[in-house]
Amino acid sequence: MKIAVCIKRVPDSETRVKIASDGRSLDEAGVKFILNPYDEFAVEEALRRKEKAGAGEVVIVSLGPAAAQETIRTALAMGADRGVLLQTDRIPADGLEVAKALAAELKDGGYDLILFGKMAIDDYNHQVGPMVAELLDLPCVTAIAHLDLTGDKKGGTAEREIEGGVEVVEFPLPAVLTADKGLNEPRYPALKGIMAAKKKPLDVKPASLGAGGLELVAMVPPPERKGGKIVGEGPAAVPELIRLLREEAKVL
Amino acid sequence: MSRFHGVDFYDVDSLLSEEERAVRDTVREWVDDNVTPVIGEHYLEGKFPKHLVPQMAELGLFGANLPEAYGCAGLNNVAYGLIMQELERGDSGVRSFASVQGGLVMYPIHAFGSEDQKQQWLPRMASGQVIGCFGLTEPDYGSNPGAMTTTARETRDGWVLRGAKMWITNGSTAQAAIIWAKTGDLGDADSIRGFIVPTDAKGFSAKDQKGKLSLRASDTSELVLEDVCVPKEALLPKSGGLKSPLMCLTQARYGIAWGAVGAAMACYDEAVSYAKTRVMFDKPIGGFQLQQARLADMLTEITKAQLLCLQLGRLKDQGKATPQQVSLAKRNNVSIATDVARETRRLLGANGILAEYQAMRHLANLESVYTYEGTHDIHTLILGQEITGLNAFN
Repeated sequence: MKIAVCIKRVPDSETRVKIASDGRSLDEAGVKFILNPYDEFAVEEALRRKEKAGAGEVVIVSLGPAAAQETIRTALAMGADRGVLLQTDRIPADGLEVAKALAAELKDGGYDLILFGKMAIDDYNHQVGPMVAELLDLPCVTAIAHLDLTGDKKGGTAEREIEGGVEVVEFPLPAVLTADKGLNEPRYPALKGIMAAKKKPLDVKPASLGAGGLELVAMVPPPERKGGKIVGEGPAAVPELIRLLREEAKVL
Repeated sequence: MSRFHGVDFYDVDSLLSEEERAVRDTVREWVDDNVTPVIGEHYLEGKFPKHLVPQMAELGLFGANLPEAYGCAGLNNVAYGLIMQELERGDSGVRSFASVQGGLVMYPIHAFGSEDQKQQWLPRMASGQVIGCFGLTEPDYGSNPGAMTTTARETRDGWVLRGAKMWITNGSTAQAAIIWAKTGDLGDADSIRGFIVPTDAKGFSAKDQKGKLSLRASDTSELVLEDVCVPKEALLPKSGGLKSPLMCLTQARYGIAWGAVGAAMACYDEAVSYAKTRVMFDKPIGGFQLQQARLADMLTEITKAQLLCLQLGRLKDQGKATPQQVSLAKRNNVSIATDVARETRRLLGANGILAEYQAMRHLANLESVYTYEGTHDIHTLILGQEITGLNAFN
């Protein structure tokens, strides 16, 4: 079983981000970067599939700055076999450009399965996985929460959690799948894994990226929240509260 | 669940390697997920969270600075220290468990054991299959272990051990005990040797100490050895004299110096968050000078302690750290951590006495840490002797 997992280096979701002086990027000073949490599910799933098959290779592919090597090594510490970084100082705003670069890298890799997180928690685009599938002419199931593969490496079924139920999708291999929360419980990279990760191959090459059709013009912080209002206390306050919710907040 | 983000005022992180940070972050996350949610309850019930042991083994936390050839992680001493820091951020009892297993049980087997003993015990201890304890202190001999009265008498087939040991962490949980005993006259501290004693040996018993108000999430026991017979191979062949157990203590004290910083960081973090949100006299209490002075003192001492540990770890990795340097770090860091925990407890007002918050648990724990592995006072005398060349112990 040969599996590729595409991962992204993203700011820690608990970091308080600041917008840089150019008004259209993040000020990275003091920001902690992590492996995108949805990609963690993808890495874990790949490792479990390989362990179950008893053989195979898990290759981590990322597009990002030199520092993303550290993110790749996190996945290697979890147990992946080798990594590839398509290096660029600036990740394009246009997901299609990222997808093209990744697809070119993955195209001749002979992968049975290509996994992504369903989205990156920094841009929330949900784009790159399905775009790569399209570029490689492979079937794609997004946001999977459960996966079963047939023993003969020919295909499998995935479950997607949809409003009020579960959607079961069959697909042939090779395929592109994107992982949702609930797919599994990612392991901690064990200390021996962290030490071993240093010795695993990590190939760094320049990303070949086109200009793309999107330009990020500005980043703006959300407006400050206004202070709340206490309309009264006890049951006597209820009519006034309802009136305000209906007339001012317009939520009733 | 909210994550701990560390306390790093001097960008000490930039002095760590990528692997050191990765190790720290892994243990940090594991503690957030697995220790913090359950520790308060275990503490109140007076129970060590035993269910965490297999996970700790899986991560590779036991004897993490020992070689990979024996199933250990082969980390450097800074990474090892960072593990202790994060474990003690959870609870001193959890850190104590790992300190004893790694620094006081696996270390002496590695340092003083035969190749057979290392092969036999270390991989099983790294994987948590065998838990160990360390029997040096006796009911009447704490700070003066050289006067111990436990004896080992050689017979045709092996050794017979007789005596009692006190304040033994993991004593009732352990499958193997490292017992220090005199093979010669009671007056001869040079005859002290170490033995690996299976705790199911006839005549060996362990009884948990009751009524502890500190380290409640840790097992502390009294060991009694009534003519316990062990084979010749139980002797750690390269152990000799009081120096051997003291070398183990230096290992464990090194980890404690880091661990104390973890407890202090946990308290400081709690203090800052409380000071910013608790409103009194119409503003957050963090806006009052008295609380700011508390916080400023805490941050200052934590930062100094962090730098102390890091340089000590670098020296240890170069083989240059002296036991006296370890004494200084243990003495300072535990002392300041106790102060930080106490001031946090006070800043939290009445809430500070609840198990729902961490400060009083850490404070009570640190009173033990202040006393064990060489009391604060004994480390003062070690430093005094180092400075003056004059022995003030007796």
